[in-house]
Amino acid sequence: MKNTLRQVFHSGKFVAGFSIFVFILLMMIIYPLINPGNPLERIGVGTFAKPGTYVSLYDSVSSDRETLRLADADENRIKSMMSMEDRVSMVAWFTAMDISVEGVDMNDTDALLTMWRENYDEKARPAGMTKAQRNFYVRLNNSITSANTAEVLSVTETNSATGEVVDKGKIDKTDYVNVGDVANVKTLPLGTDNFGRDVLKELVSACGTSIWIGFIAGIVATLIGLLLGLLAGYLGGIVDDIIMFVTNIFTVIPSFVLLILITYSLGQDQRGATTVAVVIGLTSWVWTTRSVRSQVISLRNRDHVNLSKLSGHSLMRIVMTDILPYIASYVVMAFILQVSSGILAEAQLSLLGLGPKTTEVPTLGLMMNWAMLYSAHLNGSWWAYFPVILTIAGISFSMNLMNTGLDQVFNPTLRD
Amino acid sequence: MSSENKKLDTRPLCLSGKGVTKVFGTGNKANVAVDHVDFEFHEGEFVSIVGESGSGKTTLSKMLLGLLNVTEGQIDFQGKPRDISSRSKKNEYWKGIQAIFQDPFSSFNVFHKIDAVLLDCIAMRGGRNLPKEEKIRLMTEACSFVNLKYAELTNKYPFELSGGQMQRLMIARIFLLKPKILLADEPTSMIDACSRATILDMLLQLRDEVGMTVIFITHDIGLAYYISDSVYIMEHGKFVERGTADDVILRPQAEYTKRLINDVPKIYEAWDLSTVG
Amino acid sequence: MSKIMLEVNELTTKYITRFHEDVYAVDHVSLKIEEGKSLGIAGESGCGKSTLALSLMGYYFAPLHYQSGDIIIDGKNISGMKPDDVRKNILGSEIAYIPQAAMNALNPTRKIYKFIEDVVLAHDSKADKKDIFEMARERFSRLGLPVETLDKHAVELSGGMKQRTVIAISTILQPKVLIADEPSSALDVTSQKMVIKMLRDMMDSGFIKSMIFITHELPLLYNVTDDIMVMYAGQIVETNNSHDMVFNPLHPYSKGLMGSIIVPEEGVRDQKLTAIPGTPPNLKNPPKGCRFAERCKYVMPQCRFNEMPMINLGDGHQYRCGHSHEHLKEMYADEQ
Repeated sequence: MKNTLRQVFHSGKFVAGFSIFVFILLMMIIYPLINPGNPLERIGVGTFAKPGTYVSLYDSVSSDRETLRLADADENRIKSMMSMEDRVSMVAWFTAMDISVEGVDMNDTDALLTMWRENYDEKARPAGMTKAQRNFYVRLNNSITSANTAEVLSVTETNSATGEVVDKGKIDKTDYVNVGDVANVKTLPLGTDNFGRDVLKELVSACGTSIWIGFIAGIVATLIGLLLGLLAGYLGGIVDDIIMFVTNIFTVIPSFVLLILITYSLGQDQRGATTVAVVIGLTSWVWTTRSVRSQVISLRNRDHVNLSKLSGHSLMRIVMTDILPYIASYVVMAFILQVSSGILAEAQLSLLGLGPKTTEVPTLGLMMNWAMLYSAHLNGSWWAYFPVILTIAGISFSMNLMNTGLDQVFNPTLRD
Repeated sequence: MSSENKKLDTRPLCLSGKGVTKVFGTGNKANVAVDHVDFEFHEGEFVSIVGESGSGKTTLSKMLLGLLNVTEGQIDFQGKPRDISSRSKKNEYWKGIQAIFQDPFSSFNVFHKIDAVLLDCIAMRGGRNLPKEEKIRLMTEACSFVNLKYAELTNKYPFELSGGQMQRLMIARIFLLKPKILLADEPTSMIDACSRATILDMLLQLRDEVGMTVIFITHDIGLAYYISDSVYIMEHGKFVERGTADDVILRPQAEYTKRLINDVPKIYEAWDLSTVG
Repeated sequence: MSKIMLEVNELTTKYITRFHEDVYAVDHVSLKIEEGKSLGIAGESGCGKSTLALSLMGYYFAPLHYQSGDIIIDGKNISGMKPDDVRKNILGSEIAYIPQAAMNALNPTRKIYKFIEDVVLAHDSKADKKDIFEMARERFSRLGLPVETLDKHAVELSGGMKQRTVIAISTILQPKVLIADEPSSALDVTSQKMVIKMLRDMMDSGFIKSMIFITHELPLLYNVTDDIMVMYAGQIVETNNSHDMVFNPLHPYSKGLMGSIIVPEEGVRDQKLTAIPGTPPNLKNPPKGCRFAERCKYVMPQCRFNEMPMINLGDGHQYRCGHSHEHLKEMYADEQ
């Protein structure tokens, strides 16, 4: 037993898979401790806030200010102000004025600005440009140049009783506040999703639910498969025929279609995470049955089973002590694969909108479903779906690696 | 030799069969593995059943052991028709007949320690409630019968032994169970030549000292000749020749027996390669 | 003295286990085979006889590794060659190998003559396919195999027929050495005899120049080969001509092995079989002295720590033991 474990942990593949899986499990345990709270809490009002650190504007106004004169402050401000559309418009103006734009890099803000300042003329009338378009360029020019001139923002407060507007102070361009002094700062490493929920927090919670679903589905499928396989393989005869008949029927009906039909007929209200897991398990026992059966048939004719019979042992005892231990390693491997495919099946179901109830728990599949419904993939909000895909891939990759590693240890024909 | 055989023939029958047949499958897929064979095994006799692969000797041995149902025919055990219709009757029958199989490596449950195998035999003989010292004494006795040391085996797993040692442990098991009949299904074919003699000696000892009837199943006609009192030659599910070992091997009558003996390499006579095919 | 076809000098090869331990399964083995001669290798399972067969091809793959020594085939040393060179230039044309399960190596979707084409074309890419077929026909009829076999698939042949066909295919290039590792052990006695007859015919008509035959069945070895070499725990313990080896073995281990022979012949029933107690040593950690010391009836105290030299008695008879040959013979005579 000890030696077997040593061999298992000698297998590079198993260790790699195991490490990934343990890392994911640790994340699931540790992250909620650092960042407690309901993973489905809507913190944002809009949809798809970008990943990053959010600083409360309100709090920063009343925080202690320091004056910092930074040489590149204006430049940075212009850079962050100039969107890609602005840059395209600037190049369009150069083209309309017949100024060569060869070698101009739109991402090189300094070069673009220098060129703009040298060439822009408010009075110029590029051919084929309407007045509205010319006014757009005037505004663009103003916003670019005004960044350089000293301008001061004033902050006012409206007295709710009198409606009087009171001047609260000025904000200079050189005013800075320390982020540490601001009362409310929120880091969203993966931004928010369409409902304004913290994606990372949701992901960690979804990971747990999905592994739970896979685990339950795996247990259900393995137990059914093991029981039927043992019965069919060991008893043989008519029992074998009946079980194999049922198994063959389940084999030819695509289990996913069955899964869709069952989950659909259950209805939205009945579908908790565990229910979905059990349904997945109920439709995926077929291959375990078949392989356990064939293993048992080859074991049934082994001499130690014959000797056990000759010693007068009961059927139950023979199955439990002379058959089960021999297929245990195989069943564990099948179980790992079932867990992995259970997680994938949940993702597929949820993507079709047949997953667990949406109000209770997030699952990896549901997160993908939401991201897809709100067109995250079209509007460039990669953070809403890409980490989910990576997580699903990571979980099944780690499990398959573990399975291959175990296979190399337990299957003598694969040993090198 | 022949006078000795006459003596054997007067001994009571231990296991006999009439028209024993086994058919696998039905209809046009039916495959007759054993075809109406008759046999008489006497008490204390060493019988060999010789056949090549596919001759049905393993099927016959499974039927003799009661692990396979007989399609047709009757087997008598100690003069009475054998009754293995229920589990308790089967258990009773298996106290009278036990087996050693070909592959010692697959004869043990690799998850059980050697002690468990031997203790199981003691329990089967009704010694479940014996004091611990008595059990150890019995196990030590059985191990020393097969030239093994119990003290070295205790708490070991079967796979820590060599093939020859495992097969000897199987004989120790038989020694503990003391059945009337021992069926040995090619017990030496996977064992090195130099351990083979030990195993054969022990089988003979079981016959001589415990009085067991030994049914020895083999494909090696030389081995059958060396060890047995009487020999049955099996071809395609039928016995083509039976008799004392000297009669069958030195004066074979059936064509098949002649061919078998002719095709085995010899060392004292020249091995005639010209009469091939 | 005729030409030496295969000469092996102090060949040592090892297995590297999963836990990176070295197991020397062939330990300083030297042998010589002359043209037209055959050598049998006998020993218990695990004594290294099959590993020796693999090692002699000079084609190593994990976990088997070459350690030291020379393999010289007809004057050409192949021990230092790259595996690719060995595969292209040595296997098939210089040395051929037939394992026990060779008959299962035939691809069931191809006809027999295709395999022969493959073998010939691999060594001579310009050969004409018609010539090859003619050659194959002639060879098959010379060996007493039905020529229709060439146009059949492997599944249409019986086990014995398949094995003979594989032997014919692998010797089509007339190799200098044929290594047959238990080629007939999986067959029934009649097919076995046919395989043996064919091997003998091939030796007689020069299709193979020399042969190494490995089996645990001593009566078979006695009938097939000129010389017999007994291996124990990776080493040669005795080499002699077949008759003397079977009837007058010198090394205590050979003596035990020969005493276990059983044949269906008159008088055999009155013989006492000898048994060798104990098990061979673990090759991961072989004993310092004689490897057989633990099981030997005639063991002396110095056997356990002196390394045993190979003693050459001339006429190809050599043995590895601490006793002198006169003393051994005396001891054996006293026992009778």
